[in-house]
Amino acid sequence: MGKTTEMKDHHEPTDRSADPGLSEATRSDSAPSDSGRRAFMGVAAGVTAAVVAPGVVLHSVTAAPRSEAVTGDVRWGLLIDTAKCVDGCSACVDACDRENGLSLQSKPASASQEHWDDQKAVWIRKVKLQDNQTGRVTNLPLMCQHCEHPPCVDVCPTGASFKRADGIVMVDRHTCIGCRYCMMACPYKARSFIHEVMEEQLTRVPRGKGCVESCNLCVHRRDFGEDSTACVDACREAGHEAIVFGDLKDPESNIRKHLAEMASRQIREDLSLNTGVRYSGI
Amino acid sequence: MKRIIYREWRIPPARYWSLLGILASVVGIGALAFAYMEHEGHWVSGMSNSVVWGTPHVFAVFLIISASGALNIASIGTVFRKPLYKPLGRLSGLLSAALLMGGLLVLVLDLGRPERLVVAMTTYNFRSIFAWNIFLYSGFMAIVIAYLWSMADRHGEPYNRPIGILATFWRLALTTGTGAIFGFLVARQAYDAAILAPMFVVMSFAYGLAIFMLVMMFTFAEEGRPIGERILCRLKNLLGIFILSVFYFTLVYHLTKLYGAKNHDLVGWLLLDGGIYTFMFWVGWILVGGLMPLGIIYHPVLSKERNWIAAACGLVIVGGLASMYVIIIGSQAYPMQMFPGQTVLASGFFDGVQGEAAHYRPTIPEVLLGLGGVAIALLVTSVGVRVLQFLPESLADDVLPVDEEKIVEQGPAGAKA
Repeated sequence: MGKTTEMKDHHEPTDRSADPGLSEATRSDSAPSDSGRRAFMGVAAGVTAAVVAPGVVLHSVTAAPRSEAVTGDVRWGLLIDTAKCVDGCSACVDACDRENGLSLQSKPASASQEHWDDQKAVWIRKVKLQDNQTGRVTNLPLMCQHCEHPPCVDVCPTGASFKRADGIVMVDRHTCIGCRYCMMACPYKARSFIHEVMEEQLTRVPRGKGCVESCNLCVHRRDFGEDSTACVDACREAGHEAIVFGDLKDPESNIRKHLAEMASRQIREDLSLNTGVRYSGI
Repeated sequence: MKRIIYREWRIPPARYWSLLGILASVVGIGALAFAYMEHEGHWVSGMSNSVVWGTPHVFAVFLIISASGALNIASIGTVFRKPLYKPLGRLSGLLSAALLMGGLLVLVLDLGRPERLVVAMTTYNFRSIFAWNIFLYSGFMAIVIAYLWSMADRHGEPYNRPIGILATFWRLALTTGTGAIFGFLVARQAYDAAILAPMFVVMSFAYGLAIFMLVMMFTFAEEGRPIGERILCRLKNLLGIFILSVFYFTLVYHLTKLYGAKNHDLVGWLLLDGGIYTFMFWVGWILVGGLMPLGIIYHPVLSKERNWIAAACGLVIVGGLASMYVIIIGSQAYPMQMFPGQTVLASGFFDGVQGEAAHYRPTIPEVLLGLGGVAIALLVTSVGVRVLQFLPESLADDVLPVDEEKIVEQGPAGAKA
């Protein structure tokens, strides 16, 4: 919850920017307009400038630090220690739902609950496994694995499904045509299609009916230089610390140190996708 | 051999407009179904995050590969120089273009954002077989139109064979590409098989020919134009060979899958306890789409009856839709093997808990959208044959050119009968 508030702060300058514009507009509106087109045009121009200009100026100001291109000097990833992942805990899932506005999805009135559960967007879910031979039970969170060679990116006809230079795999919502071929191609069933009209959504995670989406490692946090994800924070706050986030390319990063200490695996290693999400204990 | 005369389809106006009215109604209902799904979102369909492609894709892929197959007749006439088939080339081309149009429309109208079609036409990722298919489909349409021109216009005559050869290769690429949409998916066990590409090619031959024969028999019978035994027997036997080829590829596909221990569960599920998919496979794909039409085609008495031949074509089409249902939906319903050797006890996102397959139930709008595509294809064909000279006046034995295999045909075929 704390994170949600913090994230909203990032957008406050934009919100504030609207205020002076509006008050300016109100002032212009209240100016006496005697008669004639010239006066009207003058007022109209003033109103337009007053409304648009602050937005343009402030927008460019807030955009400046984020306009730097993402580089390939880092590769973001996760390490999940399944030994620490607790059965029945859903802190990571709940936090992701809040952070990324997934909890704002609402079931259409006439949809059946069971069908809806398979239609609503899910970015991260808990999976409980049992080894057929030994009976050992494992719990783990599963999300987009942020592959180095993502099949979803290969198959996307428009290139809407793409991989950033820093390893994050995500969807460009402006070019996604909703063909769902990426969902067919993803070996992790990590992607969701927005099946319904969205009533509410967060500014940082825009969402619209008919596009595909998936975990993007809280990409908005990357853009503001934060060094964790919602699921990682929630897991830590719940006292488990089963998920570690970090730069897979930096030998000094927390995640690399953990990876150096413990054996880890990729899910579906046979596909040689070189996933950015690694698991220990599976 | 007489000169082949092509003439517009001149059935009585009342009958023609009734037919057109019915088809237009189905198209209209399909359009309403699209509008409903587009307005509400896909939650009103049976599709979900587990089964992402549903009934519309069954129809769309069926129509698209049938489009390629329907061009067979023209290819046999032009490329393989079989004069017997030449008179049917124009109808073959028209039907091919019409089926492709119907299939593509269904595919496009099922997109989550159909209004962004322009994005798909302007922004390409050439690693995607889907992007390649956009070129293959639009190129196919252009080539078929050029092919039709070369068949119908005297000025086009010299280009007929080169265009025909290009069309043949292009449609093989098209069907290979369509099969590869599935064959290239490494994620799902039932796909991830290169054999799907040639299997789709062979399926296209069978389904396209079945549709072609039905359309030909219907249009000719409606107007009382004769179809001789010779051409019908040829087409019927060809259909038989295509059905057998589909069987062969089906067998090899399953044997390939069965050979690897990791796929035992998949094949066991599909062939034995996959519920509706097992039913669709054995009853739809194998029995209705294969054994029954083969029984008719090679039956000494029934194979001479036109109604039975038409029934065989109808069965092949029903079986074809069933095979698409199994390939497209069944393959998605089977859970992905992310954790070999482990059983999923619980999952927050339907990861095949206890090996359970994903649920999918077709909804009415999906079926109506698919049928709308079929109706579009038939509507285009109906208008085409009515206003332009696509249909030969007669396919009677004495009108059609003598084929070089005539002697062979009279020999063994006669003995078999």
